Amino acid sequence: MSRPVLTIEDFSVDYLIEPPVHAVRDVSLTLHSGEVLGLAGESGCGKSTLAYGIVRLLKPPASIVGGRVVFHDRDGGDTDWNRLGPEQLRAARWDTISMVFQGAMNSLNPVISIRDQFEDVFVTHRPRMSRRERRQRCGDLLERVGVDRNRLKSYPHELSGGMRQRVMIAMAMALEPQIMIMDEPTTALDVVVQREILREISRLRDELGFAVVFITHDLPLLLEISDRIAVMRDGAIVELGAAKELYTNPRHDYTRQLLASFPSLTGDRGSFVRGALDDRLLALDAVDVAEENP
Amino acid sequence: MTVLEARGLIKDYRGIRAVDDVSLTLEHGRTVALVGQSGSGKSTMARLLLQLERPTSGEILLDGEPVARRGKRLTLYRRTVQMVFQDPFASLNPYHDVEHHLARPIRLHNPKMSADDVHRRVLHLLERVRLTPAAHVARRRPHELSGGQRQRVAIARALAPEPGVLIADEPVSMLDVSIRLGVLNLLATLQREEDLGVLYITHDLATARHFSDDILVMYRGKIVERGPADSVILDPQHDYTKTLADAAPNPDRRLAR
Repeated sequence: MSRPVLTIEDFSVDYLIEPPVHAVRDVSLTLHSGEVLGLAGESGCGKSTLAYGIVRLLKPPASIVGGRVVFHDRDGGDTDWNRLGPEQLRAARWDTISMVFQGAMNSLNPVISIRDQFEDVFVTHRPRMSRRERRQRCGDLLERVGVDRNRLKSYPHELSGGMRQRVMIAMAMALEPQIMIMDEPTTALDVVVQREILREISRLRDELGFAVVFITHDLPLLLEISDRIAVMRDGAIVELGAAKELYTNPRHDYTRQLLASFPSLTGDRGSFVRGALDDRLLALDAVDVAEENP
Repeated sequence: MTVLEARGLIKDYRGIRAVDDVSLTLEHGRTVALVGQSGSGKSTMARLLLQLERPTSGEILLDGEPVARRGKRLTLYRRTVQMVFQDPFASLNPYHDVEHHLARPIRLHNPKMSADDVHRRVLHLLERVRLTPAAHVARRRPHELSGGQRQRVAIARALAPEPGVLIADEPVSMLDVSIRLGVLNLLATLQREEDLGVLYITHDLATARHFSDDILVMYRGKIVERGPADSVILDPQHDYTKTLADAAPNPDRRLAR
């Protein structure tokens, strides 16, 4: 296997409210260069909190209460992200680990042109770069994700959702990071556009060799694109394994349940939907009477 | 025993043809899936069928009668054709409890019903969507329920006026994955019990295939392919249907490689 780029050890995040919520519990995993690691789980399982925790973007009341996130540079140096000061963090984010946020297509500033937002990345991280070179790079990056470079002049509302998403991915790649964390990068897009973007991501991964942490609740999608998959529930990783192995031979009950939640496009799995009412399916969503306010 | 028929529906928005000559029939006891990507005109079709928009041309017939524009027959139409929306977080009013949401349509459609009877109907509806204990759920407000439970309240509300046709626009796409099939399984059961005609609007081909009798594939406002669910998905004829089927996540394909 290729060399590790990120080691997460016993990482825990709490939301410090009363009573505290243990959003991420003792997560340990290793990410290798060039690997696509899928992080699967339902809403509230802690997958986004884990992602934000890795790049130290959590805001109070969320707080990292234990563990380490160590980045292994391709030159051999190790950096513990938990120990970086604010200035070091600012320099390291985007440069070594970048992120495509959930609903990324709505994270562009609506009143600033794509070019100005894009160039910000270089102005901040590569202050010595000339204006000409900046312009050139921004255009090249857009073309790499399949958006015409003339679009630099556009404002976000002039682009479709899929194009905006591509712009965000291009921006995340701008500094050639070694790791990209993608939090539901295609969830808001329809299947055809999603497929195009997924192809783009894996092509770029092959070309540039960065590692990807791909977060989504869409397990079938992860099974297709990931090398390994971690299944998360209640803040903990319940199963981690090669995508194929996880699909054909799931070990944890929750993994099986999650797999069974997705009807098969071409197989029989799911045909029970129109069968007799199965109360077990709704038992997962039963009303909790104990919560009743007096 | 309701039949809802659309004939040659066209809807233009300022030069953009959102729906282009679409005909379809919703028969009692059958489920038709309308699939397509964003912007294909699926939701415009729903809005036309619900009388939320007027078609530019074409007609909508309920049991062979053209839809009335006003008066008692429009009221009857609205009672017969009900809707479940995509977002159960937005479609319930946060100020009101569950009882209010269900009692309102019951009263509107049965103005002379006594308060006790309305209450009993509310509880009965909640039991039918398996939100039990019903008396307890009726007092809750939307924020005290999960997304799946809220969507079941929305389904109960749609059933309150005893409709003949249910239009469900992406009814499970915003729910947590582990409960989606449970909600679809419930919808299918209620459909059988009530002998409803159902239009299931979705971009998810896998659930469309398992949940529906027939599938209509919509592309740029037109129906490009229609047929029995299995044959449309397993043996697509039109190029666009093939693109759609290829784009859908399918882990089996990777295993086959």
